[in-house]
Amino acid sequence: MKQTSRALRRTATVLALGACFASGGALAQETFKVGIVSFLSGPAAESFGVPAVNGAKVVIEAFNKGAAPAPYNKVGFAGMKIEPVYVDENGGATKQVQELRNLYDREKVDAVVGYVGSGDCLAVAPVAEEMKKFLILYDCGTPRIFEDKQYSYVFRTAAHAAMDNISLARYLKARNIKAGSINYINQDYAWGHDSRKDFQAAMGNLYPGSKTEADLLPKFGAGQYGTEISALLSKTADVTHSSLWGGDLQAFILQAGPRDLFKKTQVVFSAADHVLPGLGDKMPDGVILGARGAYGLMSPKSALNDWWWKTYETANKIYPVQAPYRMVQALLGLKLAVEKAMAANGGKKPTAEQLAAALRNSEWDSPAGKIRMVLGGGHQAIQETAIGRTKYDAAKKMVMLEDIQRFPAECVNPPANVKSEDWIKAGMPGAKC
Amino acid sequence: MKRLLAHPVWAGVAGMALLLALGAALPRWLLFLCTMSAANGIVSLGIVLLMRGGVVSFGQGLVFAGGGYAVALMANKLGVTDALLLTFAGGVVAALMALPFAALLARYRGIFFSMLTLALSMVLYGVLVKTESLGGSDGFNMSRPTILGMRIADAWSGYVLYALAVVVSGVLAILARIYFESARGLVSLAIRENELRVEYLGASTSRVMAANFVIAAFMGGVGGALAIMALGHIEPQFSYWTTSGEFVFVSILAGHYSVFAVFVASFILELVRSFSSAYFPNTWQMVLGIFLLIVIRFLPRGIGSVWVGWQARKEGRS
Repeated sequence: MKQTSRALRRTATVLALGACFASGGALAQETFKVGIVSFLSGPAAESFGVPAVNGAKVVIEAFNKGAAPAPYNKVGFAGMKIEPVYVDENGGATKQVQELRNLYDREKVDAVVGYVGSGDCLAVAPVAEEMKKFLILYDCGTPRIFEDKQYSYVFRTAAHAAMDNISLARYLKARNIKAGSINYINQDYAWGHDSRKDFQAAMGNLYPGSKTEADLLPKFGAGQYGTEISALLSKTADVTHSSLWGGDLQAFILQAGPRDLFKKTQVVFSAADHVLPGLGDKMPDGVILGARGAYGLMSPKSALNDWWWKTYETANKIYPVQAPYRMVQALLGLKLAVEKAMAANGGKKPTAEQLAAALRNSEWDSPAGKIRMVLGGGHQAIQETAIGRTKYDAAKKMVMLEDIQRFPAECVNPPANVKSEDWIKAGMPGAKC
Repeated sequence: MKRLLAHPVWAGVAGMALLLALGAALPRWLLFLCTMSAANGIVSLGIVLLMRGGVVSFGQGLVFAGGGYAVALMANKLGVTDALLLTFAGGVVAALMALPFAALLARYRGIFFSMLTLALSMVLYGVLVKTESLGGSDGFNMSRPTILGMRIADAWSGYVLYALAVVVSGVLAILARIYFESARGLVSLAIRENELRVEYLGASTSRVMAANFVIAAFMGGVGGALAIMALGHIEPQFSYWTTSGEFVFVSILAGHYSVFAVFVASFILELVRSFSSAYFPNTWQMVLGIFLLIVIRFLPRGIGSVWVGWQARKEGRS
């Protein structure tokens, strides 16, 4: 009996082994294989994962045709055709660790660009490091990744989440908006907890004496906010802060709008531009919001941005918001790094070490402005950001953003070797605004 | 030789030796997949042990996370890095966690037992998400353990953890098999059939059930310890009901006829998940679901019933 079970298990293993060699053998010399991991299912798919992957698809297609504007106009990556492999990020950190190993060892990808969830990023970063493989984290928020540990093979090509709430607080201050009392509604998980903490600390500095009224932490994916809205209305504060996103954010806006919450308090959202196209005239006017960067309607004017906007809009019939912007800035950075490393390697495909050396401390232009890898020993990007105020345009039938203020990267990101939390608490010393 | 191998201990040892040798030839991704399926398999083995007594725990995430967090904290805060010690410690902590609830839960059967265990695991989940010093919902990382006082080199880490998982799961599988065939183990089966008669015969059903619950918890903790050492990262998801549900699923997939079927089921589930995820990124959940439906349709008594059936037919012929 035991023999049979062993035999069965061995057969299964051998079969799997065969499959591995079959897929590994398909690798051609002139391609560069990129694993792209984002949410294709689950709550973050509609808001972040799918738009980001759609962005990756149009950009990779343009790269492979050599259709992107200079300096991104070489075909593929320095002549190598880009071969993307898409993987779903849904399923928890355990699955991500497993899938990342599979991407590197079984699919033989040359680089992986991915991960929206902070828990996923924390879990996969040490794995890539251990395997000595090149990994770009394109979206996740937690500053802990590069503040707690040094990496050689792992990069994050977008600013971490501290920027989002610091810029919101600075926007309020710059406009002298009354903020003696603040209400909070954030999801009960790390993103919500961290966003609340950052905003609270930043406001404590810019508005000394401001006090917290209601501090609500509804469950992630709650969808129903009737009681929370009642609580926010019963203790109406000058400012109401929220880091809700996706379906939760839409539900909150749709439920709070008819109850006039937006008229009684100044609502500020740290990451909300991704719900604007969907909500249309259901989005109240005068809401102050950020997009985790100068993205979408707040993106700066440039030839690169115009090209990107048109490319994305033509393919997807909707304008690009936060998620695809974060994806494209990662892919642009990767493209330049591969090309630089390849030139240094005498025209041969670079190794993970050479790639890492090329991306470390580098900088490049993205549709959302300059990306500079200056934190975490040259592995963590900083970038400029912008905050705006909603205004529905009935003629265009879309929500517009007005009163946009831009914040230079050094104004809202901590300097190197300082933890974000400590920097905010210390009153953000050395910020260049 | 054949008769020797028919003995569970020797068959288990031979199987372990075979897997250890085979491991040297496997690619790293498959080693990792095997390590994870062994770790998960141990947790499911605990559920099978409970199932033999007629109850199903929907909350093994509690002990899986309990063992995992205990190991990660011991490594990070107390500097205990020996993998063997940590594995054992994970099991002991999980058993201690289960101990206060064992007497209470031993009085419940059926859906009440399942729901109570589920509730306990979700309480732990809630506490972990709120605990910012443990990283909240993002969790935290654990550095690589050492083995027998030696540092594990990068190149060997996959194989060493695989070997550890194979040996630990092998030993636990043999012990489980011996336990299943012991008097107490057989009483469990009798409880499943008719609890009242067992009581009349003078055995304490609640004592057997409580002991089973603690043993299953130990296995859950060991599984959690092996998983966190392989993953290097732990988060409250370990205690979430979907994690517990997967362990239950593996147990049902395996059936309670064979100890080794549990590990085979765990391995097959991981393999199907991995390949469907790679080749059907948009529909991998559906592929997984269809596979599970097919197994339930054609093997309603679990994978173990395949070779237990062969065995029975062979013995019937001779």
